[in-house]
Amino acid sequence: MKKIIAVVCAILMLSVSVVACTASNKPAASDQTATVIKIGATGPLTGGAAIYGQACANAAQIAVDEINALGGLQFELRYEDDAHDPEKAVNAYAALKDWGAQVTLGSVTTKPALATSQLNFEDNLFAITPSASAVDVVKGKSNVFQMCFTDPNQGTASADYIASKELGTKVAIIYNNGDAYSTGIYQTFVDEAAGKNFEIVSTTTFTDETATDFSAQIADAKDNGADLVFLPIYYQPASLILKQCKDVGYAPKFFGVDGMDGILTMEGFDPTLAEGVMLLTPFNADASDEKTVNFVKKYQEKFGEIPNQFAADAYDCVYAIYQACQNGNVTADMTAEQINEVLKVQFTSMTFNGLTGENMTWDVEGMVSKEPKGMVIQNGGYVGME
Amino acid sequence: MSFLSHLINGISLGSIYAIIALGYTMVYGIAKMLNFAHGDVIMVGAYVCFFALNAFGLPPVVSILLAMLVCTVLGIIIERLAYKPLRAAPSLAVLITAIGVSYFLQNGALILWSASPKVFPTIFEGTIRLFDGQLTIGLTTLITIAACIVIMVGLTLFTGKTKMGKAMRACSEDKDAAILMGINVNRTISVTFAIGSGLAAIAGVLLCSAYPLLQPTTGSMPGIKAFTAAVFGGIGSIPGAFLGGILLGIIEIFAKAYISTELSDAIVFLVLILVLLIKPAGLLGKKTVVKV
Amino acid sequence: MERIKKFHLGKTRREKLITFGLVLVFFGFIEILQATGNLSNLLKGQLVPICAYVVMALSLNLTVGILGELSLGHAGFVSIGAFTGIVIAQVLRPAIESNGLLLLIALAGGGIAAGLIGFLIGIPVLRLRGDYLAIVTLAFGEIIKSLINNLYIGLDSKGLHFSFINDNLRLLEDGKKILSGPLGANGLPRISSFIGGILLVLFTLYFLYRLLGSRLGRAILAMRDNAIAAESVGINITRYKLTAFTMSAFIAGMAGTLFALSFSSVNASKFNVDMSILILVFVVLGGLGNLRGSIIAAGLLTVLPELLRSLRDYRMLAYSVILIAIMLVTNNQILVHWWTQRKKDLKGLFTRLRKSKQGGEG
Repeated sequence: MKKIIAVVCAILMLSVSVVACTASNKPAASDQTATVIKIGATGPLTGGAAIYGQACANAAQIAVDEINALGGLQFELRYEDDAHDPEKAVNAYAALKDWGAQVTLGSVTTKPALATSQLNFEDNLFAITPSASAVDVVKGKSNVFQMCFTDPNQGTASADYIASKELGTKVAIIYNNGDAYSTGIYQTFVDEAAGKNFEIVSTTTFTDETATDFSAQIADAKDNGADLVFLPIYYQPASLILKQCKDVGYAPKFFGVDGMDGILTMEGFDPTLAEGVMLLTPFNADASDEKTVNFVKKYQEKFGEIPNQFAADAYDCVYAIYQACQNGNVTADMTAEQINEVLKVQFTSMTFNGLTGENMTWDVEGMVSKEPKGMVIQNGGYVGME
Repeated sequence: MSFLSHLINGISLGSIYAIIALGYTMVYGIAKMLNFAHGDVIMVGAYVCFFALNAFGLPPVVSILLAMLVCTVLGIIIERLAYKPLRAAPSLAVLITAIGVSYFLQNGALILWSASPKVFPTIFEGTIRLFDGQLTIGLTTLITIAACIVIMVGLTLFTGKTKMGKAMRACSEDKDAAILMGINVNRTISVTFAIGSGLAAIAGVLLCSAYPLLQPTTGSMPGIKAFTAAVFGGIGSIPGAFLGGILLGIIEIFAKAYISTELSDAIVFLVLILVLLIKPAGLLGKKTVVKV
Repeated sequence: MERIKKFHLGKTRREKLITFGLVLVFFGFIEILQATGNLSNLLKGQLVPICAYVVMALSLNLTVGILGELSLGHAGFVSIGAFTGIVIAQVLRPAIESNGLLLLIALAGGGIAAGLIGFLIGIPVLRLRGDYLAIVTLAFGEIIKSLINNLYIGLDSKGLHFSFINDNLRLLEDGKKILSGPLGANGLPRISSFIGGILLVLFTLYFLYRLLGSRLGRAILAMRDNAIAAESVGINITRYKLTAFTMSAFIAGMAGTLFALSFSSVNASKFNVDMSILILVFVVLGGLGNLRGSIIAAGLLTVLPELLRSLRDYRMLAYSVILIAIMLVTNNQILVHWWTQRKKDLKGLFTRLRKSKQGGEG
């Protein structure tokens, strides 16, 4: 075993010196004539949640390329992998700091964002996360903003929607109780549902480990006579639930949240399964407005896929930063702290129009106000719900 | 009626665990190693079948055979490059290498086939409705159960009757003695890997037919569950893997249906612990008596 | 498991000193980097986690390498320690001003809680052998994860409140949530420091070396090498095994506390099978029963994925290839033989040099 030790010792020393060296080189580079503003971000580029991180990284890059082509302010984007893990996200964040990031897009998913947003706050490094939706991500951190709805916002909006449109009287909920996003929406939904014109007759859960077979959950909803199933979950397990409901001949109404977006663009998905599914989402890839068409076209050309709402949120984040930088006369030679102060003021005062909503504003807590759009899936596409 | 329906769902889930567990137990029985990469070979099999069906439009049977072929070759390559040089190494070193192979396959799949989930096409269309439609059984379920039984019987016959099978059993009993008897142990182990990987392809196709969601991480959780099932039934034992898989599936569904979906994971593992405490070598495992 | 290398009890004083020295040199090296402003944020942020992983690896080495039992649920004990430490730190934070003292109390609490659970789990589990023991520890790890993932803990002026599965804490106005189910614990005080981490590593090393040198340690090693022979000379196998297992859990719990209190946000899903396997990789790579090896392997493999960041998408692929390559190289008979030969040559060279030097002086 000594052989290993000797070899490993050598490598260790080597690696430490490499880290040390890279450290001493990096800050020097950014001190020189800075012509670009460095935007850093962390997201899951590998592992089970890679689909979200990659969508954000791709879309943000499109936005950066577009802005750079305009010739004015120049951006440089860097996504570091956090594998949907808070510990690795902290490392990724540190790597971004070493790189010299002046602005960040926070973290893509909630759990890592809870860890990195605290660091953003302490370091006075501005962050706007495309999609980390828990309240705790922004709460008490004056320089951390969200582009997506917060979980409570979605939970209450869903309950209100179901009640006001009288979509169902007996509601079943299936949520992921190992996931912060899903549990967050579930809890506020239940609070809001109290006293409404529907009752919750079945509540069942799953975790990432058991997200294959949903027969027991579906049976519970069916046996309790639920006529609407609320699915505050991501689209991958949702696609399995829809399939398995069809197999047992159970056809209630389905109501999802923004995590449901993306279900139609899954390769090989049978859109008839999702016929009539309702969801709250800020983004519709089928929309015919110029901005969306242009974005979807570019994304498809470059990456061969139809972008989901994560991508749209990340795209908007970059443009929101661009707008704030322009309004606040941010230049590339400013430090992260200086930019932070300017953007904080801009974001709480400006109005932004993007792919995911018109006239967006942010409150001092950093939460966005935009209207969730109720959509219903018809003939394999979204149609606005009145 | 709901009891019967849960039971069938449990058997259906369990038979998928069982097929994966059969692959695990085969390799373990002969090579005495926990092949943690088995779950990821399943994922590769499913992807190959997916692309054969969707991109090349091959008929299902050809696609499945192609998946089996690719997985068998993959299994042989992995065995040759990663496991064979470690024949004399401590078993834990092989375990770590298998974990490395598992990471490799997952991340390779991520780069090759992207992270976007794919929906596996329906190969076996149709359902059977009994008792005025109160009980539905999918054709996939029936085929999975049938495939599982056929494979189990086939493996039992293979290891019991054929020359290669006998060589495998000899290797599993005592490697050194097997060498003395003129058995090519290296070749026997390679053949075992080939068979195990071929089975993995079938398991992948069946897994994704029943639960049509395909991602680079698709194989890892069923892999661990199947490993649990194999130990549950008595690792190394072919009927044990079958029984362990089926029971694990039933327990999982029943725990969800009758106790709590929140704690179903904990309940499944609790049952496993209790069983192993009563029968320390698994349900059908051989009790080894250590002699001085 | 049958081919574990013989662990020589006759560890010389010098061997131990080298191990302690290695930790201190690393500490000094980092401090110099820090003082001269050459420490990257990336490495700085990893210092405490490295210490935590080192301690986790050392504790698992006690179970796997020294006791000779394969455990796949070590993250469960780490998790118990982590969340106990979090609760203690959050409850006592207003009362104790010194971060060091607070960390010390949290560490002790986390360790004791994990040790207690380890003891309770050990009673039934240690009756099993080999892979069956492995799968049962895996099962316990998953159960612990699942339970903590459903646990809600809140603190207000009336004291601690607990709630299970659903959030029914009903805290008063002044209350705050310490643990909220799958969301985990947020807004934690990051009181773990590098110096605290190094001290914990040194304490663990001292503890383990003392243990191995004691009657208990000798009994454990005798048991691992030949259980039946050990039993026949009157060693109470179950009792000693349980003691070692409990100690392993105790140390793992402390590592968990250190780990958790270096982040502002921690959740139970982090402590899953993958983490247990990661710690096992450290132990196997460093050498079973080899404490110094565990330290180096844990440190190195924690830093490695971060060093590979420049490879972007191919990062984890490269990591897996390196992992496989290391296992193949370190277990390659020809290379190992070649290396032992070279080492002998070197040793001979040194002895000759020393002799000639002495001769010259004389």
